[in-house]
Amino acid sequence: MSDTSQTSSWSYASAPENTDHIVLKEQYDLFINGEFIKPDSKKYFKSINPATGEVIASISEANKKDVDLAVASARKAFTSWSKIEPKERAKYIFRIARMIQERAKEFAIIESIDGGKPIRESRDVDIPLAASHFFYYAGWADKLEYAFPNKNPKPLGVAGQIIPWNFPLLMAAWKIAPAIACGNTVVLKPAETTSLTALKLAEVIQESGLPKGVVNIVTGAGKTGSEIVNHPDLDKIAFTGSTQVGKLIQNSIVGTQKKSTLELGGKGANIIFEDAAIDQAVEGIINAIFFNQGHVCCAGSRLFVQESVAEIVIDKLKDRMSSLIVGDPLDKNTDIGAINSKEQLDTINKYIKVGREEGGEIYQPTCNLPSNGNWCPPTLFLNVSQSHTIVQEEIFGPVLAIQTFRTIDEVIEKANNTPFGLSAGVWTEKGAKIFKLTQELNAGVVWANTYNKFDSTSPFGGYKESGFGREGGLHGLIAYLNVE
Amino acid sequence: MSFPDLSKIPAIDKLGVEERVSRFCKRSIKNAAKKHGLHLALSMIDLTTLEGKDTEEKVKRLCYKAGHLHGSLEGLPNVAAVCVYPNFVRVAKKELEGSGINVASVSTAFPSGQSTLEVKLSDTKFAVEEGADEVDMVISRGKFLSGEYNFVYDEIATVKEVCGKAHLKVILETGELDTLDNVRKASDIAMYAGADFIKTSTGKISPASTMPVTFVMLNAIKDYYKATGIKIGMKPAGGISTAKIALQYLVMLKETLGNDWMNKDLFRFGASSLANDVLMQLEKQESGIYQSVDYFSKD
Repeated sequence: MSDTSQTSSWSYASAPENTDHIVLKEQYDLFINGEFIKPDSKKYFKSINPATGEVIASISEANKKDVDLAVASARKAFTSWSKIEPKERAKYIFRIARMIQERAKEFAIIESIDGGKPIRESRDVDIPLAASHFFYYAGWADKLEYAFPNKNPKPLGVAGQIIPWNFPLLMAAWKIAPAIACGNTVVLKPAETTSLTALKLAEVIQESGLPKGVVNIVTGAGKTGSEIVNHPDLDKIAFTGSTQVGKLIQNSIVGTQKKSTLELGGKGANIIFEDAAIDQAVEGIINAIFFNQGHVCCAGSRLFVQESVAEIVIDKLKDRMSSLIVGDPLDKNTDIGAINSKEQLDTINKYIKVGREEGGEIYQPTCNLPSNGNWCPPTLFLNVSQSHTIVQEEIFGPVLAIQTFRTIDEVIEKANNTPFGLSAGVWTEKGAKIFKLTQELNAGVVWANTYNKFDSTSPFGGYKESGFGREGGLHGLIAYLNVE
Repeated sequence: MSFPDLSKIPAIDKLGVEERVSRFCKRSIKNAAKKHGLHLALSMIDLTTLEGKDTEEKVKRLCYKAGHLHGSLEGLPNVAAVCVYPNFVRVAKKELEGSGINVASVSTAFPSGQSTLEVKLSDTKFAVEEGADEVDMVISRGKFLSGEYNFVYDEIATVKEVCGKAHLKVILETGELDTLDNVRKASDIAMYAGADFIKTSTGKISPASTMPVTFVMLNAIKDYYKATGIKIGMKPAGGISTAKIALQYLVMLKETLGNDWMNKDLFRFGASSLANDVLMQLEKQESGIYQSVDYFSKD
């Protein structure tokens, strides 16, 4: 052993999470009426590890008959589930929450293998929040009369729920927990690139003894989703995903009895004033846009910096970007993982190309990206304005568009000048300024001196083309209840 | 050197700092990286004894330890310096002759700094004349808290003059400064007044060094470097007693200031018991098993 302390620069050795204990089936069937059954379609598609390109498992593609069966089993289960003692409902949901906690490590590792997100995030954010959501809504199950006094709250019936690929287990929790706590039954479809943790959740649900048919999980792509949306025997459609698909869904259910909540895209404005705590604001910008590779509907993808501090903020941002570790999602030191799918990587690269062509000044730090899999380095664009495509459209990747501003009114106008209205961030040490902006920004959530903080007790949802309805908190119950 | 523009000093958000620090603590340092990190940590230690009951014999033993950390491990670096009161500088200097290990002396009425400038200067002058390679001074926290920033600045600048070739470390005693905003302000004043190093604590006040405080100081060093091109060193002191904590500090250093700062010329740990814990971890890396504390000498 020689003295290395003075000779070479220090770098972290690889620290991959051990995956030996992970048990995955080669082929996954549909979870209908409490059993795993083969799809009527007899078709399977492959789930790919986005970090390596390797096939992880085959997933069933549900067709119309499969969806019919799932809805019928949910309908049958609704009769008894909606009538059992609410505190009994709560027990089942508490049990599911505890089982997720017990198997947290397994869920986290599968989430990272299947979706490409860094293990640090699936371990510290996705899975704990998913468990927390079940705990939180379990608590409400027998207290709905107190949540809505004299309103005689009643469940809606059967809910069709379609969720995205960016937070697979967490979104399943956001959908299932409040629905079944209120006495509804559900047919849930995970996104086709990330079905595995939902199917693992199906195993947990099966083990928990939840009455058959209360939760049904059918897998497949857009076609399966459309069978759910257009199914005549559903009382509610809950969707989280792109604004484009959200609009299609809304068109499909017009004139039906179906209620809906849509949580769609965003183009969050993150606003830094000259009186902000600059170093912490820079860290906040990094978390706002590069969290989960930017695959976050509320990502702070538009940055507004006050002109007097623009130079220093941009300089510090570039500096910080160069210290981010991009690579193996299972490595405990990875900050930015793999892009979820080849298709999404193509979309992001298309926007980066458009950004350049429209005259944006691009900055990407040098990173050693792995040769296989889908990767995009953290990226920022300078010299862009409200008229640039990459400022207007949701990219859903690690790409930040930076603009400067001079006055508070100017930045409010620009921040609101978007079809979206999901999220915003404000960075200033002045309390009065925070209150002014929270009043005037049209966004479902406004964070002050922080960003991308989630809590089961707090409602989340958008304005304008970012959708309607709220998930989380007391507000999240209304979406699954009829109140007088 | 000129007095810093205090209006340009950025505000510090405590929660944001703590959140960032918790990220550093989650880094996983294994195998070769761990060994390398532990060697680095050893090489950055200012082995310290600052007690009323210190004697020449005690200082001699500490100096011997500094040059002979652990016989059974080969290729170990020496610690960076031995840190003592001014009256022990001569004996430490003699013991460490030819070892490459520096002698650091506290001064300026350490630890409280409650004395006249005259006394502080003669204290420093004595330490330097006795052969101190490095001087660890304390700032006047009372003056700082009452807003007399120019007084604090002038005092540091004057001590710096007396130091001559000796390196000046300026102890902010952050445990008495109350807020991270004050830590940042004091860091800037010290650097602009001529500090070669800024240091958190005397070790006599609780809390001594913490990661949030050190992080704020590292950011101040970074901004100063951007503004002037001058690299200032950092010395967290007190409270860093285990190898695990030392590695977390090194992660923070690497991710904030980069590899340029990852050496004893620009980073030190002020610690008395850290070395043995690092040695225990290194032994464990080599042999695969933890050894009894009795195998590591306590001097």
